Amino acid sequence: MTHKTIRVGALTRVEGEGALLVRARDGRLTDLQLRIYEPPRFFEALLRGRAFTEPPDITARVCGICPVAYQMSACQALESACGVTVGGALRDLRLLLYYGEWIESHALHIYLLHAPDFLGYPSGVAMAADHRRLVERGLALKKAGNELVAAVGGRAIHPVNVKVGGFHRLPSRAELAPVAERLLQALGDALATVEWVSGFGFPDVEHDYRFLALRHPTEYAILSGDVAVSDGTTFPVADWPRHVVEEQVPHSTALHARLDGRTGYLTGPLARYALNAPLLSPLALRAAADAGLGRVCRNPFRSIVVRAVEIVHACEEALAVIDRYVPPARPAVPVAARPGVGHGASEAPRGTLYHRYRIDDGGKIAAADIVPPTAQNQARIEADLRALVAPRLDRPAAELAGLCERAIRNHDPCISCSAHFLDLRIDHG
Amino acid sequence: MKKLAVFKLASCDGCQLTLLDCEDELLSVAANVEIAYFLEASSARGEGPYDLSLVEGSITTPEDLERIRRIRRLSRHLVTIGACATAGGVQALRNLADVGEFASIVYARPGYIQTLDRSTPVSAHVSVDFELRGCPIDRRQLLEVIAALLAGRRPVVPTHSVCIECKARGNPCVLIAHGTPCLGPVTQAGCGALCPAFNRGCFGCFGPMQSPNAAALNARLRAAGMDDEELARVYRTFNVTSFGGSCDA
Repeated sequence: MTHKTIRVGALTRVEGEGALLVRARDGRLTDLQLRIYEPPRFFEALLRGRAFTEPPDITARVCGICPVAYQMSACQALESACGVTVGGALRDLRLLLYYGEWIESHALHIYLLHAPDFLGYPSGVAMAADHRRLVERGLALKKAGNELVAAVGGRAIHPVNVKVGGFHRLPSRAELAPVAERLLQALGDALATVEWVSGFGFPDVEHDYRFLALRHPTEYAILSGDVAVSDGTTFPVADWPRHVVEEQVPHSTALHARLDGRTGYLTGPLARYALNAPLLSPLALRAAADAGLGRVCRNPFRSIVVRAVEIVHACEEALAVIDRYVPPARPAVPVAARPGVGHGASEAPRGTLYHRYRIDDGGKIAAADIVPPTAQNQARIEADLRALVAPRLDRPAAELAGLCERAIRNHDPCISCSAHFLDLRIDHG
Repeated sequence: MKKLAVFKLASCDGCQLTLLDCEDELLSVAANVEIAYFLEASSARGEGPYDLSLVEGSITTPEDLERIRRIRRLSRHLVTIGACATAGGVQALRNLADVGEFASIVYARPGYIQTLDRSTPVSAHVSVDFELRGCPIDRRQLLEVIAALLAGRRPVVPTHSVCIECKARGNPCVLIAHGTPCLGPVTQAGCGALCPAFNRGCFGCFGPMQSPNAAALNARLRAAGMDDEELARVYRTFNVTSFGGSCDA
């Protein structure tokens, strides 16, 4: 009897803390666990008793990479509880802020976390020694995204300008003009990025994914929409609790999500592209076609191409929003607290992020529920890994560990997003 | 070349991301110091000891308590970055509650969860050479701290209040002009008076300034209509262990 154990003690080039454990016996895979050991921070518990105006600022602190996603899902959930809709130019500004986050987060992932896998470097910084111009282009793209977030939100990480109902202060057209100039440059860099990453060598792997993403009638959904599943199901965000159930597994502080009774669905760029590609901006659509993406992409290693296409989309759409922007009469719609339950969902760079709040008679949060994208994807990432590892068990452990880490990075897991993660014993290697 | 390491405890990743957000400076930082250990950015794991370790996050688990002692032993200078590492972070709201009850709200089987009753700053457990404030930290202050400590001088980081930055920026006072509750008079500078520039009151994410006069501010905030509960909430958000008592001043 032969035993084989593969351990990746602390995953690198991902956001947050995770580890991988694979066990095999007699050439058969017996156990595979993506262990999330990010310490639990109990956001859902600590939100109780806070004013209904506070979740956007507090839940931003779940994740330093995608705080805007948390603010947007929180605002929309609270507004829906209070019977308020934010539309027009205020909604446009929210889109603009969110496009900024997509640009910075995707540029970070592509250039500093993911591309080094394809070019054989331990980091983006090490890659710069041989490919300085490329890394500088990535940093410039990332900076354009951060500047957009800062122009609308005040700062790149944990923006201060968002509130339930809209914003504290409206940017002027003059303040957005220099941002537009930089976005034009970024658009060119984004197109070059699609061309660059589409030329990488991709392992020949496809998975039969069950995709989940928001779907909007006229937009490549980012801020709002119904929930669409690739098997044809569509439901309003308010029905989320009837379809998605979270369950605890012993090896993870992230709760695993089940969709209509089955685990293992995928949310994120591949899902958005599969469900909404026709709604991409014209340049993004053309870039996707030129990159040979096809109508649906089921190869997770090529998610880097989809992210690059989404940067093109974000730049082009952000430019369109700035072009049509006329500051509205007031920075926010007044929102009065109303007892009840509200649901909100938006597309974080890594996938659908759902929030639910119950507001009590005194305008305080009575209950909160947050379902981050990585918790939804965790079971599916494990399935990807099993499919990759099972036929390759004869390969050296170090090679398999490297391949697994790459396969995990394909999904850009944001482990810090694990609002509800517990702790396990870990070897910090 | 001197060695830099970046470590993460209980936190959101935002403060270490700030280093990667130095888009214009990152490559020149990397040319002047070896970024030896930084899991979020590199799969190379350079061995210690390190000349400068940046630590993000608070201590919330028995493992992290062990880890921070190990990190201290490996580090010539240990700098905590951000509100979690310097004041327990938002997760320190558990310190005012029952952590077992907190766990039962989030997990069906809280028995699996291994966590400490309190979220504590790094300085509660090991000696810290410098604490950089903010939720998140400020990019320019981070670069100053790295440059200073590697050059062997003390970082120039102001300990005065946000009010000074507000005046320098030419913001009208939101508290006086609009009656908006603002923690600026007792909060340490560093953000550039960001919130008042966006027409909202400071919510104290850089923690208390040196020798704050919270009693004077609280009288003013009460006069502006804040009750005790609101006052407690505003001080007890991102810097619970350093600011949490100021509501009673």
